[in-house]
Amino acid sequence: MTGMAAYAGVHQATMPQARVETVDPTTLHLGGEFVESNLGSAIEPDGSVTVRAIGQQYSFTPQCILVPANTPIKIRATSADVVHGLLIQQTNVNAMLVPGYVSVLTASFTQPGEHLMPCQEFCSVGHEGMWGRVKIIPKEDFLAIAATQRRLSCVE
Amino acid sequence: MLNSKRLILAHFWLAFALFGLALLLGAWQMFIRSPMAAWIGNPEWYYRSLTAHGTIMAYVFPTLIAMGFGYAISESSLKQALIGARWAWIGFWLIVVGTVTSMIPVSLGLASVLYTFYPPLIGNPFYYIGIVLVVGGSWIWVALMAINLASWKRSNRGVPVPLAMYANVASSWLWGWTAVGAALELVLQILPVALGFKSTIDAGLARVFFSWTLHAIVYFWLMPTYIAYYTIVPRAIGGKLYSDSMARISFVLFLVVAMPIGIHHTFADPQVGAGFKFIHSAFTAIVALPTLLTVFTICASVEIAGRLRGGRGPFGWLTALPWQNPVMLAVAFSFIMLGFGGAGGLINMSYQLDASIHNTQWITGHFHLIFGGAIVIMYFVIAYDLWPHLTGREIRNLHLMRVQLWLWFVGMIVTTFPWHYVGVLGMPRRMAFFDYTDPAIAPDAIPVVMSAFGGFLLVVSAGVFFAILYKSQRSPLCDAGPYRFSVAVHPQTKVPVALNGHALWIALMIGLTVTNYGFPIAQLTVRSDTSVPAYYVGTRK
Repeated sequence: MTGMAAYAGVHQATMPQARVETVDPTTLHLGGEFVESNLGSAIEPDGSVTVRAIGQQYSFTPQCILVPANTPIKIRATSADVVHGLLIQQTNVNAMLVPGYVSVLTASFTQPGEHLMPCQEFCSVGHEGMWGRVKIIPKEDFLAIAATQRRLSCVE
Repeated sequence: MLNSKRLILAHFWLAFALFGLALLLGAWQMFIRSPMAAWIGNPEWYYRSLTAHGTIMAYVFPTLIAMGFGYAISESSLKQALIGARWAWIGFWLIVVGTVTSMIPVSLGLASVLYTFYPPLIGNPFYYIGIVLVVGGSWIWVALMAINLASWKRSNRGVPVPLAMYANVASSWLWGWTAVGAALELVLQILPVALGFKSTIDAGLARVFFSWTLHAIVYFWLMPTYIAYYTIVPRAIGGKLYSDSMARISFVLFLVVAMPIGIHHTFADPQVGAGFKFIHSAFTAIVALPTLLTVFTICASVEIAGRLRGGRGPFGWLTALPWQNPVMLAVAFSFIMLGFGGAGGLINMSYQLDASIHNTQWITGHFHLIFGGAIVIMYFVIAYDLWPHLTGREIRNLHLMRVQLWLWFVGMIVTTFPWHYVGVLGMPRRMAFFDYTDPAIAPDAIPVVMSAFGGFLLVVSAGVFFAILYKSQRSPLCDAGPYRFSVAVHPQTKVPVALNGHALWIALMIGLTVTNYGFPIAQLTVRSDTSVPAYYVGTRK
């Protein structure tokens, strides 16, 4: 089993983030990577997509994450206040959001569809109401929206 | 010889009384978040109840059982009166005062932070102070166990330490050291913030400290159960222990490898690098070894009992076993639950598999099956086995004991199997309410109802357990004789020095903790940019 873990790790199947990154939760809203206008999905020059999100008592921003199918996706997320979690149901995307640190995950979704994204760690009263959504759409549709928007989400 | 009967009974009664209360809270929680209940109204009540349930079940109940059983083992296996009985009472009262101190703010809703603390959530300081008192009380027990063994060794040079006491002292050292992680978190990080001396805290470092305690504490819960497997079961079913040395090796292995593996609880965390996650995952694989040794040794011991009773052939010994004996029944149930729980544990320790079930109901199912199931069912057996020696009154209704054990076993399976299933569906843990009308959550509804009924069965079983103990108070006085432990097939006349003392293993335990935790803790401690503002619960910000 340890051998399997080593193999999967070396081949980047599901890999813990390699380095520890920090961020100041008290100034997330003032500037830098996690400022509100920079949250959501962004297309990178290499065709991959980076999703930036934050969790706070008791919601995610963006509340609905939009991503293309069959595309390498990197999720970068953090918390603005207490410990939260980010779990995309029916997938193995699952991370703790610890204030002060940036969580980095890689994923790739093959099927278009919609998934719930609950907070999976107790974050005080109101935890039970902290559910986001993830919408996976065909890549062409995603690129069409991306032609007119810099940061994408499915918040309506 | 059992001199300190009142002391031991006090520990057991307090343990089971608190267990009964926390069990009722647990059953209420299962009901209130199932589709059978309407919207809870104020979700804060749920988290308040959950904090009390976790704090009692994780810190107070098993600690009191280990302490009470530990005092009984010390007196009856060493055949010497407990040294420091007054200190033992001080430890007991520290736990009483600590439990009351922490439960008052919890019941007032001032400390709904759950038993895992997880800063930057900060509750009322008295909640944490109470837990520190509980841990302090239990450390008195740790010291007393070491002192009693050392005193016995001085007057019994060259004689092997009885297995029960050897294991008991291993268990106490394990607890003494594993509690240090949470104690450091409480004293250095949380209390200064809760008392208002500081307003920022490193949430990542706190999680690393807590993981130091969080895994090995499970092995501490497990220790009384394993001691019962080795030293009660073979005697109670009319057999002999297959190997005394194998038992000692299992216990010292737990001492060494239960500790440096806790970072597998932070696989999904951003504050620990990939390297230490891999190291801890690999070490977690090793901790399966002492459990596999135990399963082998106990199955062999049970086979000896079956063959002594006339069982023949490859399977005939199974039917020859005393299945009417509650101890036989309980150990079979315990092994079944340990088997399923252990299989689940292998999934949790694998980074890639853990990713799909981390912090889902799967985890809740996993530790309830191991702790509530495999471990607690043997706590019942310890109580049944020890009770006549403590009260001088026989427990005569074996039928009721079998009913109680069956109810607990079935209840625990019905509770935890659906939890595992909804966990795989991605149902998060620790939530007060679920909207089962959402098509994506609807498939969870029926399994959640099933598991709630499992919880109700557990309450009924606990009720029967209390009835059995209560009824035994009214049976006539009897002389239960001296309390005895299993005898090995080949009784030890000489034991290697390493397996007759704990020093080498304690050194390895501390050494491995330093190598596996030293760097992650040091690195986070020296960084100045990782402290974040605290969030006080129960007050208006």
